[in-house]
Amino acid sequence: MFTLFFVDLGRKVLSLMHFVGGLTNLAVQTVYLTFKPPYKTERIIEQAKKAGYDSFPIVSLVALFIGFIFALQTAYFMQRIGSELYIASMVALSIVRELGPVITALIVAGRVGASNTAELGSMQVTEQIDALETLAANPVKYLVVPRFVALGAMLPVLTLYANIIGILGSYFICTIKLGITSSMYMHVTFSSLLYKDLFTGLFKSWIFGMLIALISCYEGFNVEGGAAGVGRATTRSVVFTFIMIIAADCFFTALFYFIFP
Amino acid sequence: MIEIHNLHKKFNNSPVLKGLSLNIDRGQTCVIIGRSGCGKSVLLKHIVGLLRPEQGKVMVDGKEVAALDELELDALRSKISMVFQGGALFDSMNVTENVGFSLIEHTRIGRQELLERVEEALGLVGLGGIGSLMPSELSGGMKKRVALARAICIRPEIILYDEPTTGIDPIAADSINGLIRSLHDKLKVTSIVVTHDMKSAYHIADKIAMMYKGRIIMEGAPREFRESKDPVVHQFIHGIAKGPITEAVDNFK
Repeated sequence: MFTLFFVDLGRKVLSLMHFVGGLTNLAVQTVYLTFKPPYKTERIIEQAKKAGYDSFPIVSLVALFIGFIFALQTAYFMQRIGSELYIASMVALSIVRELGPVITALIVAGRVGASNTAELGSMQVTEQIDALETLAANPVKYLVVPRFVALGAMLPVLTLYANIIGILGSYFICTIKLGITSSMYMHVTFSSLLYKDLFTGLFKSWIFGMLIALISCYEGFNVEGGAAGVGRATTRSVVFTFIMIIAADCFFTALFYFIFP
Repeated sequence: MIEIHNLHKKFNNSPVLKGLSLNIDRGQTCVIIGRSGCGKSVLLKHIVGLLRPEQGKVMVDGKEVAALDELELDALRSKISMVFQGGALFDSMNVTENVGFSLIEHTRIGRQELLERVEEALGLVGLGGIGSLMPSELSGGMKKRVALARAICIRPEIILYDEPTTGIDPIAADSINGLIRSLHDKLKVTSIVVTHDMKSAYHIADKIAMMYKGRIIMEGAPREFRESKDPVVHQFIHGIAKGPITEAVDNFK
């Protein structure tokens, strides 16, 4: 019984080390090849459209609802202590520093990361990645670098957009339902936000974008076992990406708290 | 031209190649036969540098494939084409982009010349005028022929075929065999064909090599295979269910 437990634990530790090692190797290769010419701008633009432009509708919808919900939940407590005016600053700070980057990254991980893993996984099981290599095209340069650059560039843009929509959602609730005037809401929002709030949020979203690209491509490259393997890899990719986003968020939030107190 | 010495390869601690050695001369068509799963495709992947041997070496034009750096390997791959078992066409590209992939990626060829080269390659496999179709719109046989067109479009010196006639109708299979033969006769392309289709093997081979238990157990001209008294070779080429090849499996059951 105990032996089995330790065997299972050992396997899990080895599997985790294999994942971390493989991901690091892919990250190093990707960064090196990103700066090595030739630059495939048309493939980066194609991926930026898929990852960024096509994600605008779902990001709009979710960010708007988050704005509504957050305003209402904050109002529940603020009304009790008679400080409704501060709803605007609480919502603005929470969305710009935390909710905007994290929620946008989770949406993109579910939408784009899963699609990357499924696409690359299908290419792996049908030998298309081997075919790329035999045609003297480096699969990391051809498949990972465009996704890495596109997601790294588009996630901060999507986050900025989600921040605006989220604050707008809260604005509607506060001005229509809670009786705060439009000019007062705007004044409190902008006076509470500092440049560093925006910068730390966007920096985190840049990191999240690169993590989504690397993990989803790594899982896609390592698919084994046909269609079932593609399904398993896609699930694993989304789960690992979610965990890594939250872990990276925790790390950078703590780091920025001490660097820019 | 292609020399394989004492090649060993394991997957998950299970040996697939156990000291395989084989030489293929320039311009020769060598057919490698053997049961499914015996490591024929693994051998092809070593020749093109997709897999690295655990022991032994593969030499192409006097250079050891596993010792080449990235640039040298790319240079080697510009001389070698591989036709994969399922075609391995890129789903996101149309037939023209698939066939002309290497020319688009590695040369500064103009659009007009690209289309001419692609159409010429497609014409050779009997599929002219389908450049705008996507791989999902093609039948299995058409996919294999487009993959063959992609392989010949770069005018390679060596072509590796992984089961080129498996899963396609006899007429399409015969036209592929004819094409492999004509590439050999007209362009003196060196070909290595992995198959278990004996009709194809006899039709196209200058030399046949049979793989069994991770090694080459016999190599020779098609005539020598037809006349072979070796029980393993005899069982395989005549497709007999009972014999030394299946004995080990039967004993295990």
